This record gives sequence, C-alpha cells and structure tokens, in this order.
Amino acid sequence: MSLAEPAALPVATSAAPRLHILKRFSNRFKASLPAYLLLLPSLVFLALFTYGAMGRVVIDALYQRATPKAPVRFVGLENISAVLADPAFTGAVVNNLIYAVGTAVPSIGLALLFALALSRTHAVNSALRAALFLPVLIPMVAASALFLFIFLPNVGLLDYYIGRLLPVLPNWLGDPDIALYAIMIITVWKNAGYYMLFFLAGLQAVPEDVMEAAHLDGAGPYQRLRHIILPELKPTFLFVTVIAILNAVTQVDHVFVMTQGGPSNSTNLVLFYIYQQAVEHYDVGKASAATLLTLAALMGLTALSFRTMANREGGP
Amino acid sequence: MKLIDALWKDAPLATRGEITPKLGFLLTVLLAIVWLIPFLWMGVATLRPASDGINAMAELMPSLKPTLDNIRDAWEIGDFPRYTLNTTIICTGILLVQFVTITLAGFAFARLDFAGKTLIFYLFLMQLMLVPVLLIVPNLKLVAQLGLYDTLTGVMMPFFASAFGTFLMRQAFEAIPTELEDAALIDGASLFQRIRHIYVPLSMPSFSAFAIISVTSHWNDFLWPLMVINSPDKRPLTVGLSVFTKTAEGTQAWGTIAAGTLMVIAPLLVTFLVFQKRFISSFVTSGIK
Repeated sequence: MSLAEPAALPVATSAAPRLHILKRFSNRFKASLPAYLLLLPSLVFLALFTYGAMGRVVIDALYQRATPKAPVRFVGLENISAVLADPAFTGAVVNNLIYAVGTAVPSIGLALLFALALSRTHAVNSALRAALFLPVLIPMVAASALFLFIFLPNVGLLDYYIGRLLPVLPNWLGDPDIALYAIMIITVWKNAGYYMLFFLAGLQAVPEDVMEAAHLDGAGPYQRLRHIILPELKPTFLFVTVIAILNAVTQVDHVFVMTQGGPSNSTNLVLFYIYQQAVEHYDVGKASAATLLTLAALMGLTALSFRTMANREGGP
Repeated sequence: MKLIDALWKDAPLATRGEITPKLGFLLTVLLAIVWLIPFLWMGVATLRPASDGINAMAELMPSLKPTLDNIRDAWEIGDFPRYTLNTTIICTGILLVQFVTITLAGFAFARLDFAGKTLIFYLFLMQLMLVPVLLIVPNLKLVAQLGLYDTLTGVMMPFFASAFGTFLMRQAFEAIPTELEDAALIDGASLFQRIRHIYVPLSMPSFSAFAIISVTSHWNDFLWPLMVINSPDKRPLTVGLSVFTKTAEGTQAWGTIAAGTLMVIAPLLVTFLVFQKRFISSFVTSGIK
C-alpha cells in the first residue's frame, strides 16, 4: 500500500451518499438501456400473450354474462365455485390425474429401457432409435387418425390381430371404462421416443471409470443399474417427469379427434373442458375460471421444478 | 445369437456374457417393431384398393393389386395443397420473427449487464412452463380485439417470443470469444453490426437446431389454430386433416384416411430421414418447446 492512498480514500467515500442514490439509479438505468431495447420485442410478446393473458384470465374469471348477448357483470368467485361444482370439471381433473400418471410412468419406464438398450452407438441402434422416435415427429392429429382405425371395433387393427385372443371384443373407444386407457396408449406411443433422447443424453454422463470399477468388482447388470446408473440419471428423471406432466396437461388433440371427451365424459381432460366451455358453450367466465385453476396447479409444479429448470438454462 | 454377439463385440469384456442386457435389447427390438406398425398400416392401407373390402382393411400384408386411388380421393376431398401452404406460411412467419426476437434477447442475456437481469431471466423461464396452449381463452379474446381473428397472423402471434430460443441463443453467444467482438469494436462496429456480422454467422448450428424444433412443433399445432381459424381456406394441415378424417370416417373410407394422413406427415418424415442426426441432437437440446 502506498502512502498516498489512505489519504485519498476517506474523501471519496464520505461524500453524502443519499443524494447519489437517484443519480446512481438513473446511471444504472442508462447503462442498461441497450439491453432493454434488445429485450423489448420479446418482452412485448411475453407481456401480451403470457403475463397479460394471465392477468386477463384472473379478470375474466370474475365476470359472467346471463346470456351470450347480455352485458358482463361482476360475480366475484361465483365462476370458480360453479366450475368446482361442475361434475364435468371435477371428472376432467380426476381423468387428467389418472391420465398424467398412466402416461408418465409407462412412457418414462419405456424410455429408460430403450435408452439402456440402445446406448451404444452403431448402425443397428441408430435405426432402432429412429424407429422409436418417429411418432414424436408426427402431429397428434395424424396419430389420432391412425389410431381411430387401430381401435375400430371388429375390423380395426387391434381386434383383427389381438382381439381374436380375447373372449369378448372390447369397444376400445366406446366403452367408458376403457376409453381413457386407449387414449393413454397413443400418448405413450407418441412420447416414449422423445423421453428416450434425454435418457440417452443422461447416460453419456455416467462415468466410464466407475462402470469399469463396478465390472471389476463383479457387479451384475441390476446392481449397476440400481447403484450407479439410476443415481446418475436423477436430474434427467426430474426433468423428464416435469415435461411428461406438462404434456399430460397440454396435449389434448387426440381427445378432440377421437372421442370429443366421451363416452359420457370418460376421456374429458381439463384443457378440453376449457375448450368446450369457451368455444361450444360461449362461457368465457367458466372457461377462465378453469384456466385459472389449471394455471395455479401448474405454478405449483413450476415452483417445485424451478431450480431444475433454471440450472438447465444456465442460471440468471 | 451370432448377430447379437456381433452387436456386443465392443462392450466391456466382463459384461459380454450377461444375459439381462440382451433380453432388454430383444424386448426393445420387439417394441420398435410394434412402434412402427401404425406407420406400416398407413402405407399398406393407402395402397389397398377399395375392392378388398372392409374386412381386409386391417391386413398388414400389402395388397396384390396396389392402387393410387386412395391418394387421388384424399387429394380431391381435402384441400391439401392449400392446407400445406397455410401451414408453411404459419411456420415460416413464426420462425422469421422468432429469429429476430431470440437473437436480440439472447445477446442481451449473454453479453450485457443490466438492472433487473435476474427478474427478467425468471420472466422468460416461466414461459417455458406457461405454454401458450394453456392460455387459449384469453389469447383468443386478445387476437379478436386486435382484429386478427380468422387470420394466419393471429395464429402466429402468441409464439413470436420464445424463451427456449432465447436461452439457446444465449448459450451459443456465450461460447463466442469476446476478443472477436473487441476487434470489431475497435474498428467502430455498432452493436447491431457486431450482432449481425460476428454473433449470428458463428451461431448457425444453434439457429438450425432451433428452426427444427420450432417448425416441427408449429407444424403439429392443432387446438390454437382450430380456435383462431374459421374459414376453410385458411386451415392449416392439422385442422384440415381433422375435418377430413371426420368426413371420411362417416363413410368408413379408411384407405382415404390413411392416404390423407400420409400426405400430412410425409414432409416431416422425409426431412427427418434425411437430417436424422440433426433432428435428434436438436430435440435433445429442446426439452420444452
């Protein structure tokens, strides 16, 4: 430390700081201005279609019309209680929960199996990966068009080949007890190949030397999976589970094409219920209330997975 | 068994004798075949003549008298060229605007320091979860208020900002050495010139990865365009296909449905088979679209 410095420092720091707060703030803003300008186009669209939309949902959920042409009036929480009292909505929530678990668990399980079986890269495995990945690419509407025939009673693909083995031919999409499970099959078929990719990427991170040490210690395939591979894949599991749940809430195109929520609402899912309220019943109040409840549930999921997601995107 | 042994020849010696991985592999092969059956049926049914009758419709063995009648019928019933054009316009429009928004925002996050950076980062991050399809009700109202109901622009607008794309570009830009930008700065290049001539050209792989994800996901969008579009001549492929399927289902014209489905997914499948590696690596980076 030189002799000149101690004399200079106190002068600089003892200047009245309060006067400078405003100035420092405006300097900071000025320095930030180019960044704000670059972010502006994105922020405008985020404001309109994401955050503004959330605000409008909250407001719309508080208003109702007596008839489609009548003026809106403030009804407070009536829409929310009407939605919660609507058996179609509660039914859709239950269906959606069954659907979420019943699609996430098998598709993640299969994805893990596929990734473990095809982790080493050679021509055969690449071809098999491509085959399993194909359904991911096609529109859900196209998948539904194909599965409409697969599930067709008597002459459809499933009955033609497998149905003969059963004593009674089930009506896959027409039986309220079976239809939801039929719908789930499409989702598993369509998404397992997608989740496989994340497990394949995750398996790359399993350290070679640890695996080798396990071989030398005579660990069998099950022990290696249980004690080395699965712990290493934990972040992948978290991430894939979040996507699978998100897909279970947002992918309803097949419900629209194949069952329209029927028979007797057995395949109605929450987003399809929202669509029905808004487009078929012109009930924006109820549709908004249902959207609000769904968003609240999803925010819960977001809170749980925020760390995972933020880390994945490299932090702020 | 020889074939399986050949596939395992580069596996660690200690594991080569194990039976469980091989059983897993066989199961996966079996499932991969099952996974392909809907596609196989689509191809076979497209070429099957109507004279084979409804009872042979599920037969996976190709017909001995293949015909293109189903393709011709599907082409005549559905307005597929128009639907394809609409979908192409939607995907291109979204992608072009996204390129601008994600480049600018990605650069701000990668290279600039600004007040409220953390807050704005989380605002973007939340969009990964609050996917636009959930907000169809308020967004339809907004699109109608903007006078964009029943327009392709209305279909595109909610997707113009992309958090996923922003983060992808941020990552790409962060990998570019600052020395390059400093050199340009000394030469007097403006901010936009630096982005345009240094950052963008060096980030082409990320742009192409993003393009693949963006185009495939919007090619497949259904519920939102279904709500925004009213006129039949503005329908994208997915909405067109669903209407077409409804019509053909009534007459049990399954060969025609298979042909229509084939026409809708063929462009994506062909592109995928050509650029397979690209697609796979892009989807790995995606996570959430």
